[in-house]
Amino acid sequence: MEMLHADGIRKTFGNLEVLRGVSLTANKGDVISLIGGSGSGKSTFLRCLNCLEHPTGGEIRVQGEAIAFKPDGHGNREPASKAQMRRIRARLAMVFQSFNLWSHMTLLENVIEAPVHVLGVDRKQAIDEGLRLLERVGLYDKRDVYPAFLSGGQQQRGAIARALAVQPLAMLFDEPTSALDPELVGEVLKVIRALAEEGRTMILVTHEMSFARDVSNQVLFLHGGLVEETGAPAEVFGNPKSERLARFLGSFH
Amino acid sequence: MLVGLARSLTIALGAFGLGLVIGVAGALGKLSGGAVMRQALDLYTTIVRSVPELVLILIVYFAGADLINGILTALGQAKIDFNGAIAGIVVLGVVQGAYSTEVIRGAILSVPRGQIEAAQAYGMSSWLTLRRITLPAMLPFALPGLSNLWLIAMKDTALLAVLGFGELTQATRQAAGTTKAYFTFFFAAGCMYLLATMISNLLSRRLEARASRGMAHV
Repeated sequence: MEMLHADGIRKTFGNLEVLRGVSLTANKGDVISLIGGSGSGKSTFLRCLNCLEHPTGGEIRVQGEAIAFKPDGHGNREPASKAQMRRIRARLAMVFQSFNLWSHMTLLENVIEAPVHVLGVDRKQAIDEGLRLLERVGLYDKRDVYPAFLSGGQQQRGAIARALAVQPLAMLFDEPTSALDPELVGEVLKVIRALAEEGRTMILVTHEMSFARDVSNQVLFLHGGLVEETGAPAEVFGNPKSERLARFLGSFH
Repeated sequence: MLVGLARSLTIALGAFGLGLVIGVAGALGKLSGGAVMRQALDLYTTIVRSVPELVLILIVYFAGADLINGILTALGQAKIDFNGAIAGIVVLGVVQGAYSTEVIRGAILSVPRGQIEAAQAYGMSSWLTLRRITLPAMLPFALPGLSNLWLIAMKDTALLAVLGFGELTQATRQAAGTTKAYFTFFFAAGCMYLLATMISNLLSRRLEARASRGMAHV
């Protein structure tokens, strides 16, 4: 079943063409990794999927429903219906590089915020579910702690619990381990791996090549705003066809 | 004199509250309004912050009353006599609003951009983001400046004595003039202002501690 489909996504900032037509289809249970050098457009593409960046061209469908766009009067486009955009965003949970937990809320308050105030879930029910999710990411005993008092790895696991709380159709990970100290990367990857194994639909921008190879069923290598190479991880990593990809992968050894 | 103190506190509280409302609206206008809105707000905060408060109070009070009564007359309505407390609140509130705008604007800019982005990414509307994320998150940055403003509001009520409002300074002047015991009465008035300030400080410290409970270093 198709969960998320992006077709020919283009994005320009002024004269700078960051994305020049990138497409992707995520079916239920797919784990898709986006890899590429800095400036390749992979993070911008991910942020176009939930319209944090408004794509200049192309189409996005979430569970078959196309996001409607209209001109924004500055040569770009914006979502035509804010209500539609919010409804779709609420079900595409994003995990950020710098966690972005809300600093004035405890971990549990962070987790139940969107369910209670955006999705209208009963507060008591949201708390029960929130505690279950915190337990799952190993942070049950930190539920009443404010984010500033947690390690980066704990904050990111909390952010993953926040993402799970909205029962997302697909999860978007934007370099989830890039801001972490090396010794904290493992605990976060372990949580993401468990999610992949239970069949969650995920799109992952990452620099962790061996992780991408292990968990994904599809890998996209972006370069200069285009998909340079795509395929199953064994193909892409084991037998790169493009010279650029071979060089890119070589830089990790 | 106690009646005067009560009036002073009422006016200060009202002016501070009005100033906060103007401040939040002004800060949002400056941060995300259009070019015309931003320039109008710049004009407002620049003028109000550069003209002495006493002059402003006289301008807003007399010119404002003239303007409103002029409009009322033109509309064929009867003139209204401005109630002292309301007029004082409006006059001081307009002054406070200019300072609040700058304090709150700075505080909103201190909220990490990613937290607002996360709110958007989870489907919050702009109003919900403001109410649930931006305002509470900016509070620890705004409170030191705002508690300062509250103290200034309290003391600025004394300037309203020139308009003949029966607030604390005016009441003291009358009592002192009648009895000729100038030192006693003005000393007592000074103590009342001091007491009000000390109680305010106690409260604002508690508020600050509560608002910044999520901050690692306080």
